[in-house]
Amino acid sequence: MKTFRIGGVHPAENKLSAAEPIKVAELPKVAVFPMGQHIGAPAVPCVQKGDKVKVGTRIANPMEKALSTCIYSSVSGTVQKIDTIIDASGYAKPAVFITVEGDEWEESIDRSDKLVTLKDKPELTPEDIINKVKEAGIVGMGGACFPTHVKLMPPPQFKPEWVIINAVECEPYLTADHRLMLEKADEVLVGVDLLMMAAKVKKGYIGIEENKPDAIKLLSEKCKAQYPNIEVVPLKTKYPQGGEKQLIDAVVRRQVPAPPALPVSVGAIIQNVGTAYAVYEAVMKNKPLFERVVTVTGKQLSKPSNFLTRMGTPMSQLIEACGGLPDGDCKVIGGGPMMGKALLNTEVPICKGSSGVLIMSGKEARRGEPQPCIRCAKCVSACPMGLEPYLLATASGKKMWDKVEGEDITSCIECGSCQFTCPSNRPLLDLIRMGKQTVMGNIRARQMAAKK
Amino acid sequence: MANILNVSLSPHVHSGDSVQKNMYWVVAALVPALLCSFISFGVGAIITTAISVAACVLTEWVINKFMLKNPKCTVCDGSAILTGILLAFNMPSNIAPWIVVIGAIFAIGVVKMTFGGLGCNLFNPALAGRAFLLISFPVDMTTWPNPGQGLFTLVDNSVDGATGATPLALMKAAFKTGDPKMLEQLPSLQDMLLGNTGGCLGEVCAAALILGLIILLVKKVITWHIPVSIILTVVVFSGLLNLANPQAYANPLVEVLSGGLLLGAVFMATDYVTSPMCAKGQIVYGIAIGALTVIIRTYGAYPEGMSFAILIMNAFTPLINSKFKPKRFGEVPAKK
Repeated sequence: MKTFRIGGVHPAENKLSAAEPIKVAELPKVAVFPMGQHIGAPAVPCVQKGDKVKVGTRIANPMEKALSTCIYSSVSGTVQKIDTIIDASGYAKPAVFITVEGDEWEESIDRSDKLVTLKDKPELTPEDIINKVKEAGIVGMGGACFPTHVKLMPPPQFKPEWVIINAVECEPYLTADHRLMLEKADEVLVGVDLLMMAAKVKKGYIGIEENKPDAIKLLSEKCKAQYPNIEVVPLKTKYPQGGEKQLIDAVVRRQVPAPPALPVSVGAIIQNVGTAYAVYEAVMKNKPLFERVVTVTGKQLSKPSNFLTRMGTPMSQLIEACGGLPDGDCKVIGGGPMMGKALLNTEVPICKGSSGVLIMSGKEARRGEPQPCIRCAKCVSACPMGLEPYLLATASGKKMWDKVEGEDITSCIECGSCQFTCPSNRPLLDLIRMGKQTVMGNIRARQMAAKK
Repeated sequence: MANILNVSLSPHVHSGDSVQKNMYWVVAALVPALLCSFISFGVGAIITTAISVAACVLTEWVINKFMLKNPKCTVCDGSAILTGILLAFNMPSNIAPWIVVIGAIFAIGVVKMTFGGLGCNLFNPALAGRAFLLISFPVDMTTWPNPGQGLFTLVDNSVDGATGATPLALMKAAFKTGDPKMLEQLPSLQDMLLGNTGGCLGEVCAAALILGLIILLVKKVITWHIPVSIILTVVVFSGLLNLANPQAYANPLVEVLSGGLLLGAVFMATDYVTSPMCAKGQIVYGIAIGALTVIIRTYGAYPEGMSFAILIMNAFTPLINSKFKPKRFGEVPAKK
């Protein structure tokens, strides 16, 4: 069984909602759309207070001459205000608030269930697809939220060889991608086909961890029958296999060099399953990205579920639909337990990158008391980037910035495997993050100085 | 909102591993060897171990509470207990209790706490304690009771036939004098495997130590790199010497099963704090310990070389850590 070659850990999987079919979440009363829900510059609102919008109306344009993308309304109603809201990152961001009135969709969107394949639209060119993806505001839906159209147009010196679909879902608890593959397998495969055509590659891989045997079986059969150039690759369950670099290593045995190298430097374009589905809907159904599958889960919830959710829905509404927050103190996490962000309040809206909402009791989430480092080297064996977390953390704590830069701190992918594994409960990743950010700042400052 | 939300950075889950768990698994892995020692040397083995553990724990507690005035209980992490057991394992089973106590005070008080306590010591406390005692009390530390004198008898060294030589001392004497008859007194390999031979209380039963190694590997307390590289190096190095001149150099199997080699390779060299951090470094460290052990055993003044070899390499660990780094992801361009 294939997997990535360096490090890794195996947290308890806790896929509580794996058998729960995707339910359609109720419409919110007010939908909120933060303008910065992708990597790059925030979008610029193109509606004003009092404007009427429909489902699928564009409410923000990409910022010009920057890495950015557009945002669509997921509801019909009236623009209530343009204000700020605290999003999953914990910072207040500008956002468009829309009061929901009814559910009226733009006429251009094809709402039928009929599957449309490339055979039905032979006139599509790669440029058409990329354009549609760009216009639909699609970003990487695994959580990184990198604008998809940019990934599909690599710099000319690189030649992509494969599209690799990230269907690993290595974060414990999350099941959104798993359910999507089971329930929308045909659509996902057409999406993969479209991505391969757009990237002008001949071969596609879908990497799925072996803890989802039903998805592996279903997609393998469909690929064999209809898509001979797409191969399903079962992978040994190991975290962080969903990391872009780890997935490439696992599937095609190539290691992307340290930054600034990109995955496409070794010939791979990685896209999430959810992204493939969004690409299908955008290109074949003319439907921009305004809803996604979200897992709402946690051991304290009475019914962990998977919801097809309109963007802008507050997380509190989804939590209520699953039985509500448990009594006592708890932790609400946007994303999975390894890399997700603890939220300041539950009014945070679902955005393009929200794969899950996880509720943990205060007891479950409490960190152990830190003890001295016993130099057991378990963090070194766990690090999937081949770094020495104990050293990076200690030196960062002592503000030895040049030392940690020399020890390749910028290669850290912040997966948390070191801190997860540390028997002394040391806050390794907290310290490494601080060191990494400082070093990246130092590097940028040197580059600026060199330009002058 | 009635609920209080906790906020912290990711990761939000933990493996559940802890310092205590690792320490107590090592203690558990030492239990078979202690039982074998009880069978070989009687109740003296248990008493010496108990005194050593008590002295180590008490020393750490006193220093922590009254000298460092640290309100946290550092004894609870289990490392002092482990040091106590390992120190006892490196002594004859019927050694005078006051010598054990001096060894424990030196091991914990000087080698561990002076450097900052758990995680900060440069040398393995138990081994440094043993080396200190070996130099200070050479006769007491090398008077070995013979095995099989009854489970509940306390061995009296003045009784004729109560003590004897260790296999390593026998070999050293035999090769020095060139008298092949002395080699005939060597215990059989089977006796060495089961602990039916003279020696330190924890080192004699090779089978129990190998069982301990398996426990540590299965529970993922240690990785294979250090023990395997030490044992293989000793087998290869002493095997080559033996092939070159069987009259002057011992059989590699005897080398591996005798003395503190297995105890050192499995439990002492793998001490987290004093061994290198990455796999490459650990293998270099293991090879160096194996080679030094054979050199000291063959050419040195002492019959036993394991503890000095490990202490020497402890001193090199920081250097090994700075020279040997794990392979970074993407460092070597993949094959096309």
